[in-house]
Amino acid sequence: MDQIGLSPVLLVGAVLFVCGVVCMTTKRNGIGILMGVELVLNAANLNFVAFSRHTSLGLDGQVMALFVIVLAAAEAAVALAIALNFYNNHLTIDVDHGDELRG
Amino acid sequence: MDSLGYELSWYLRIAWLLPLLGFAIEVFGGYWGTRKSKTAAYLAIGCIGAGFVLSTIAFCRWNSEMDAFGHADAAAEEHHAATVEPGFSGQAAIADDHPGGHAEAEHATDAHTDEHGDAHGEHHAEHKSIEALSGTIYTLGKFGDLEVSIDYYIDSLTILMFMMVTLIATCIHIFAIGYMSDELTEDYVDHHAHTSDGKHVHRPGRFYRFFSYFSLFCFSMLGIVFAGNIFQVFVFWELVGICSFLLIGFYTERKSANVAANKAFIVNRVGDFGFIIGLMILWTYCGTFKFGDYEVDGHERPGLFSMVRGHDGELAQEGDEVLLKTHGHDGQWEAPHDGEQKTIPYMLLVVAGLGVFGGCVGKSAQFPLQTWLPDAMEGPTPVSALVHSATMVAAGVYLAGRFFPVFTTEVLLAIAYTGCITLFVAATIAIVATDIKKVLAYSTISQLGYMMLAIGLGGWAAGLFHLITHAFFKSLMFLCSGSVIHGCHHEQEMPKMGGLRHKMPITAYTMLIGVIAIAGLAIPGTGSLMSLLTFGAVDKPLAFSGFHSKDAIVATALAYTQLNPLHFLLFLTPLVTAGITAFYMFRLWFYTFAGAPRDQHVNDHCHESPKVMWVPLVVLSFFAAFCAANGEQGSLFSMLSFSEPVGLADGMTATGTAAITVPSHHAIHEVHGTAGAVALLAAVLGTLTAYLLYCKKVVDPANIKTQFSGVYNFLVEKWQFDNLYDAAFVRPSHSVARWCSGCDRNIFDAILHGSVKVCIWIATIDRKFDEGIIDGLVNLVGNVTRSVGLSLSVFQTGRMRQYVMFIAVGVVALFALLFAFMPKA
Repeated sequence: MDQIGLSPVLLVGAVLFVCGVVCMTTKRNGIGILMGVELVLNAANLNFVAFSRHTSLGLDGQVMALFVIVLAAAEAAVALAIALNFYNNHLTIDVDHGDELRG
Repeated sequence: MDSLGYELSWYLRIAWLLPLLGFAIEVFGGYWGTRKSKTAAYLAIGCIGAGFVLSTIAFCRWNSEMDAFGHADAAAEEHHAATVEPGFSGQAAIADDHPGGHAEAEHATDAHTDEHGDAHGEHHAEHKSIEALSGTIYTLGKFGDLEVSIDYYIDSLTILMFMMVTLIATCIHIFAIGYMSDELTEDYVDHHAHTSDGKHVHRPGRFYRFFSYFSLFCFSMLGIVFAGNIFQVFVFWELVGICSFLLIGFYTERKSANVAANKAFIVNRVGDFGFIIGLMILWTYCGTFKFGDYEVDGHERPGLFSMVRGHDGELAQEGDEVLLKTHGHDGQWEAPHDGEQKTIPYMLLVVAGLGVFGGCVGKSAQFPLQTWLPDAMEGPTPVSALVHSATMVAAGVYLAGRFFPVFTTEVLLAIAYTGCITLFVAATIAIVATDIKKVLAYSTISQLGYMMLAIGLGGWAAGLFHLITHAFFKSLMFLCSGSVIHGCHHEQEMPKMGGLRHKMPITAYTMLIGVIAIAGLAIPGTGSLMSLLTFGAVDKPLAFSGFHSKDAIVATALAYTQLNPLHFLLFLTPLVTAGITAFYMFRLWFYTFAGAPRDQHVNDHCHESPKVMWVPLVVLSFFAAFCAANGEQGSLFSMLSFSEPVGLADGMTATGTAAITVPSHHAIHEVHGTAGAVALLAAVLGTLTAYLLYCKKVVDPANIKTQFSGVYNFLVEKWQFDNLYDAAFVRPSHSVARWCSGCDRNIFDAILHGSVKVCIWIATIDRKFDEGIIDGLVNLVGNVTRSVGLSLSVFQTGRMRQYVMFIAVGVVALFALLFAFMPKA
């Protein structure tokens, strides 16, 4: 397998990241936003993995990625619980209804 | 004798303290009873009456002891050593009955004896006296050898004064029940006091207060008499002063009463200033205040009298110093620890004597401090009777008599001349006074002058004799005048009276007894008749008490003048004044009780006083008439002379600044007949003049008044004393006071006010600074924070997607900035 340069990977990561962010900002569905978050996290993971090739050990970025995946799983569990409670209170998961904390 | 002193001291102690108990209870009378209750009066009378009974018991005990002593006296010469026994605190010893030879032998061995040793050896031979009983009740404080304590000193004078004061006070208390009955009300209208809107003052009655003051007064007076040291005398002296202040100013709503009370108090302070100086000198040099000998830690110590006079009545003078006898000729007193002979400069002894006499001058209203007494008539009449005849003014004469051993001849001469001036000045003013009480007030001053004169002349017993007789007839006359004033509904002006003897006969005739007594009238030639009637027991002419006592004084004066011709005025003045006295007293009686009524209105409404008022008059008139029966051979006088200071009976001779010879009893007795005759002649002349002028109207007194208007006005103006003092002291002190108050108001107050204003100004500025700048800054910070917060809250929409947007845009913006401004590497 030919060496793929760093830049294409970073580019994919950036596209993923922007997609994630756009998803977070545009989706009104809570689950959709969670999905956006997953995209952003995985964009970061891609960067970690890509950069880890250039470190002396070559493993630390991948370990970090594993941490992020675990963290994302935990986060998803918490966030889904929040979404469930939100639905209990508002009978919807449209996040625009959750604006009680506005100034 | 120890036990006698102890016993007597208990009788008198209880008699002395009972009125204090009465006072302590009565003073709350206003809280306990109603204003209409007479309980306070009964309580006060009970206390003072019991005091009288106890004094009488003491009197009887003393007299029986004295008689026993008199009988034993003949035999005393052999065993006198046995009787001179130093006792416990109540030490008393019969002394001074040494045979002459013995005394002389003692003097010869004593190096400190003065040069007159042989002269007074003879005096001892015939001198008989019983020493006073003295002792300590309670020691207040002790500083080494110095001791301040409550003592008693009992001799004939003490006991007679106790009798006199309690008897007269009891009579006056009873009289006052009637006189003060106006006060038995919840709403007393004082017609002499006005409120600011011109109405009469209404106030609750003060019956109980009057009697509580009376009780306190009696306690203080008895305290003076009972006191065994000069400091204790001073304490009660001041108490008497404060009581007289309270009683004179009893009608506090009347301005005149307030002024009179202040005047009495302040004038007395002048005299007391001298008193304190005397005390300081004596304390410094003698180291004790006690009159009688006493005991410290088992050592016998001489009291003031023994210290100055020793046992023979002579001053031990050595150059300018007087040796104080700290150890007696017979070794009775042990030497002080340091063994030094104590001395006092002669001049200081004179000053001490003059100082103490100054106190007497104030209290007894002698020239030049006599002005307070007439004004003190503002008090209710029983007060005048108690304060100004028998007790307070008597205190001054009493002290002069008590302190006689300490007075040097210079002091005695000063006393004599003071008395002489006083008696004449007061008598002349009394001639023109028209207020019935004022006449009596001036006659009191005049009679006090007689007493002082007698004491100054060495007629110790004569002066105190007159003190006691005078107390009876003067309190009688004051109460009579009170009865008249009460009967005439508080009319005091004699020109509005007249003919009252038909309306109030008891008052009139008891008053007549008093008038005859003070005038010194007697029926000449009745001496032999009296002698016949009483089987020779009485050989004096028929006369009331005043004759005998004045007779004694005039006789002393005559004997004195014969020995010291230079001081002839000391005889002439009292003689002339005896006539004047008779004149003004009969003028008073004729004016008030004889002739036709001058003011029909007053006469119509006047009435005899109730029984509670006239019974005391009758009792007192009995004593005024007969207390001095048989004159100098009588029991009263002989009892007094029993306690006469030693050495006086045989006369004294002094050289130096005041070369005076004090006449002996023998010399006085020789001229007694002559003196009595001329004094009686003067009194009769005075009486006749009064009768002719005011009863027969031979010459109209009004004519005399216009003829001698200069003299008349001078006398009406009281010899200008009040005006003089007004100009010399009152007005200057007023202007000084005004100046001081102006100073206070314009300078000190101004400074204070100024500093206060500056403070307020600074505080205002400070407040503005605080409020404007400090608070402003703090508020500004708060406000800015708040407004920023408010404006930022707009962004807090609560929309999650928006926040994500902000974050994204923010990050992009940050990166954009980073790229734009980061320096290119």
